[in-house]
Amino acid sequence: MKQDRWLLPEGIEEVLPHQARQLEHLCRRLLDIYDNWGYEQVMPPFIEYLESLLTGTGNDLDLQTFKLTDQLSGRMMGVRADMTPQVSRIAAHHLKQEIPLRLCYMGTVLRTRPDGFAGSRAPMQMGAELYGHQGVESDVEILCLMLETLRQAGIKQPYLDLGHVGIYRGLVQQAGLNNSQEAELFDALQRKARTDIEICLSDWKLDSQIATMLIALMDLNGDEEVLEKAGVLLDKAGTSVKAALDNLKQIATQLKTRQPDLNIHYDLAELRGYNYHTGVVFAAYVQGRGQAIAQGGRYDDIGEVFGNARPATGFSTDLKILVDEGEIASKTKKSIFAPAVMDDNQQIELTGFITELRQQGERVIQFLPGQTGSASEMGCDREVVFRDGKWELTAI
Amino acid sequence: MNNTLTIALSKGRIFKETLPLLKHAGIEPLDDPETSRKLILDTNHDNVKLVIIRASDVPTYVQYGAADLGVAGKDVLMEHGGEGVYEPLDLHIAKCKLMTAGFKNAPPVNGRLRVATKFVNCARRYFADKGQQVEVIKLYGSMELAPIVGLADIIVDVVDTGNTLRANGLEPQEHIADISSRLIVNKASMKMKHEQVKNLIDLVAEAVAK
Repeated sequence: MKQDRWLLPEGIEEVLPHQARQLEHLCRRLLDIYDNWGYEQVMPPFIEYLESLLTGTGNDLDLQTFKLTDQLSGRMMGVRADMTPQVSRIAAHHLKQEIPLRLCYMGTVLRTRPDGFAGSRAPMQMGAELYGHQGVESDVEILCLMLETLRQAGIKQPYLDLGHVGIYRGLVQQAGLNNSQEAELFDALQRKARTDIEICLSDWKLDSQIATMLIALMDLNGDEEVLEKAGVLLDKAGTSVKAALDNLKQIATQLKTRQPDLNIHYDLAELRGYNYHTGVVFAAYVQGRGQAIAQGGRYDDIGEVFGNARPATGFSTDLKILVDEGEIASKTKKSIFAPAVMDDNQQIELTGFITELRQQGERVIQFLPGQTGSASEMGCDREVVFRDGKWELTAI
Repeated sequence: MNNTLTIALSKGRIFKETLPLLKHAGIEPLDDPETSRKLILDTNHDNVKLVIIRASDVPTYVQYGAADLGVAGKDVLMEHGGEGVYEPLDLHIAKCKLMTAGFKNAPPVNGRLRVATKFVNCARRYFADKGQQVEVIKLYGSMELAPIVGLADIIVDVVDTGNTLRANGLEPQEHIADISSRLIVNKASMKMKHEQVKNLIDLVAEAVAK
């Protein structure tokens, strides 16, 4: 008989005990750490009306979202493809407050397309967001929390990629490009396709000063020197570009004071999430993986559509990727083997003894009459035996 | 830290025309792929390897980081979608044009135009931009045959001299794009092996400028 009826859809996977243990272990540890940093956990719904899912940060998620019709209201619903817009809504709608708000979240999201080859369509998204502060300090805090997250997952030497969407946005405004031109240039810049960029700019007959700056953007990537070079090459840019560059410099300086050993790579043409990001954008990479393992940035005023515009910055990651890339010591707890007994009195005493052991945090497995397999095959290193009229533990 | 650089190349024209550029950057293969059966070629540098693969696989290898850099025709990149790789340098080699071709003086087609091509995505995008509805059929080679045997009305293919077309009674018609080979780079390699990669790009750019 064909076995294909048990196959899972592409990009969907089961998590077996070994990996599940690692995932759960990391998840708990991270939630504890976020709590220590003052981040409150929220649990957004798995499914909700499409309009609200795709508002604000969610505009880029239309194609990524599984959709279905609500049989109660006739409206379209979507399964969340990203929890960030949901958390923004919660922050703007339910938690209106003047003091800075720190939220974190963990949950499975569903995507119509896997992220790259052999990617998952059901990542376990985990992240943190900080609302209500405009300065660089909140960006630095979020960056540090992201790096701490990677460290907890046992990821050594991540590479941090830093950029700022304000630089490109300012230049485009200065150049007076229309929407379709901007989209074309954006596409070419994301591919760092020099030839395509040059053709675009000469076709549109842009002023040579601004064209030179837009081309320069393509090469403004590398180590710290990039920021100095940018100051010189973008000298003729408007105030918004300079402010963005300054902002990036401050973030880099503060970050380096706190994490002197960090590998930082700057890329001023990196515009991930350009539609909703408003400031610094960042991503973490590791050797041997073509895609970022964690990412984030500033997205001020996204809450406006939900009735409360506030500054916001945050990051998110996929727990499954962290477990894949990191080294998590998952200690398989050794169990205690308990026999089955027929005698009622003995049973009461044994049950009491087992309960006590379990309360102490031990893992106790009781023998099932007629079962195959020995105690050590079931991962036990000790057993409960009846000796001198009482139950006690001995090593196997 | 892993500091090897893997460069993906395809056999034939691209390989031959890329070699002098790599030589300028101080990289020379120790084997000739035309005679060697090896898929990974060592070079005069211990930490630089060349992998020899099919032209249309080059963007895939580079996108997923199986190779750090590669050389791919703009036609292949356009068909692949070009996502996930940087293409910072036009090598100005293996130049040709992506064009439509059909019979001279063919009567206009009523209804949906049938297009045979290896470049399915490019063809769809091109005709969609023109607002023309077409049916695209994917072929892997000998495109010129399709109009002759009545499989399609026109073809979309890369045209160099146009001699094959003319030998089969077809003529090049609409110009879709100018094609040349690009140096492509994996996005993560660009960030994590920045110095090495940038250095190589600069040296190859120098060679191209000559």
